[in-house]
Amino acid sequence: MAVAQAAHKNREFLWRRLHTLSGVIPVGLFLLEHLFTNATALRGPAAFNDAVDAIQTLPLLHFIEFVFIFLPITYHGVFGLYVAFVSGYNANRFSFGRNILFVLQRVTGVITFVFIIFHLWTTRFSGNAPNYDMVHNLVSNPAYFWFMIIGVVAATFHFANGLWSFCIHWGITVGARAQRITAWVTMIVFVVLAGMGVASIIAFTHSA
Amino acid sequence: MSTTAETMETTRTVHLIIERQDSPESDPYTEEFVVPYRPGMNVIACLMEIQRNPRNKNGDPVAPVTWEMNCLEEICGACTMVINNRPRQACSALVDKLEQPIRIRPMRTFPVVRDLVVDRSRMFDALKKIKAWVPIDGTYDLGPGPRMSERDQQIAYELSRCFTCGACVEACPNVNDKNPFIGPFAISQARLFNMHPTGAMHKEDRLEALMGEGGIHECGNAQNCVQVCPKGIPLTTSIAAMNRQVTYHALGAWLRK
Repeated sequence: MAVAQAAHKNREFLWRRLHTLSGVIPVGLFLLEHLFTNATALRGPAAFNDAVDAIQTLPLLHFIEFVFIFLPITYHGVFGLYVAFVSGYNANRFSFGRNILFVLQRVTGVITFVFIIFHLWTTRFSGNAPNYDMVHNLVSNPAYFWFMIIGVVAATFHFANGLWSFCIHWGITVGARAQRITAWVTMIVFVVLAGMGVASIIAFTHSA
Repeated sequence: MSTTAETMETTRTVHLIIERQDSPESDPYTEEFVVPYRPGMNVIACLMEIQRNPRNKNGDPVAPVTWEMNCLEEICGACTMVINNRPRQACSALVDKLEQPIRIRPMRTFPVVRDLVVDRSRMFDALKKIKAWVPIDGTYDLGPGPRMSERDQQIAYELSRCFTCGACVEACPNVNDKNPFIGPFAISQARLFNMHPTGAMHKEDRLEALMGEGGIHECGNAQNCVQVCPKGIPLTTSIAAMNRQVTYHALGAWLRK
C-alpha cells in the first residue's frame, strides 16, 4: 500500500518547494549582492569599478554564475510563469489586502522575468566591458532609465513579499501574529531595497 | 399613527437579483424578484416567499428558485451561496443587514446542479483523501484512548467547527479549472485529526496525502479563506502548521532513506 502510494506520488510538491526555496536561496541572495554592488556607485565611478573588478577576479566565476545564478533564476522564472498561469485571480470579488498582494506577487514576477531577460541582453551579453561607463550610457536613455526603475521596484517587491510567503510555505511563521509581523518586516525590506536600487540607478546617470 | 406604520411595513419589499441555471449544462441567466418584507427575515425566508408565489419582478409566472437548506442555524452549511459577493449561509444572512438589491448566485467553484444548488462532492472526496477521521474499528475493544491536553482540546474545538460549507473553497483563487487544489478546509481537517492522540497514529498518511496531487503546495497564501470562513476557523494558521509538519516529514523521510 505504502509502496503503491509512493509510486503514484506526483512530483508537484517537490517542484513547488524547490521553486519557493530557489527564490530565496540563491536567487534572493544574489539580488541582495547585486543591489549592494550597484550601490557602490553612490560613492562614485571608481568605487563601482573596484567592486566589479573584485567580482571579476573571483575564481571559477563562470561556474558560480551558471550554477548559482543562471540555473536557479531560469528555474524560478520559468516555473514561476507556470505558477502565475495556474493561479486564479479574484481580487475584483475579494479585495482583501492579502489577496491584492497575491495578485501583485504574480504581476511583479512576470515583470521581473521580462526585465531580467532585457537587462541581461543589454549588459551581461551585450559584449561591452562591465563598468561604470557601460551602465551610465544605458541609463542616459530616459526610456531605459524608467525601465530600470520599474524593474528594480518590481524585483525588490517580488523578493520581499516572496520572503513573507516563503516563511509560510516552509512552516516558519505559523500563527496570525507571526505572519502579520513578518508582513510588516518584509514591506520595510521592500522599501529599503527599492530605495537603494533607485538611488543607485540615479547615481549612474551622473557622468564619470 | 400605528396604522400608517403598519401600512408602511406591509408595503415594504425586498428586491432580489438571482443568478439562475435550469440544469447542469444550461447557461446561467439572472432573474429579479420582489418579495414582501417581514421584520427579521433572512434570505431563506425570501426564497420561501418566491416558492410560495413564483412570479418574477414583472409578475410573470416562473419556476420557483431551487436551493438547499437543512439546519437553519448556521451549523450544517447546506444553504451556502454567494450573497452580495460573499460566500455565506443564507440562513444567517439577515435582510436588515444586507444592501439592496440583494444579489444571490451559486458557488461556481462547484458544479451547479440547478439554480443555487451545487454539488460539493469534491469536498468530501478531499476529506477521504486526507483521511479526516480517527480509525477505531477493530475486532476487539481497544479501550479508552489517551487523554488530550486542555490546550489542545481548545484548538481542536475551533477546528472541529468546520461544517464543509465550501465558503473557503469558493473564495480561494487557487481552486480553479487549472489547479487541482483540494482547498483550505481539508488542510485544516488534517491538522485536527493529526493533533488527536489516536488520530495521530495515521499522521504520516495524512501528510503524504497533503504532499500528493492538489495538496498543500498549491496554496498561494492569498488568505481569502480565513476572511470568509463563517466559523472564524484559523485556516491560514492551520495551513502554516501543516506546512511545518509536511516540511519535517518530507525532509525526515528523505534523510531516513
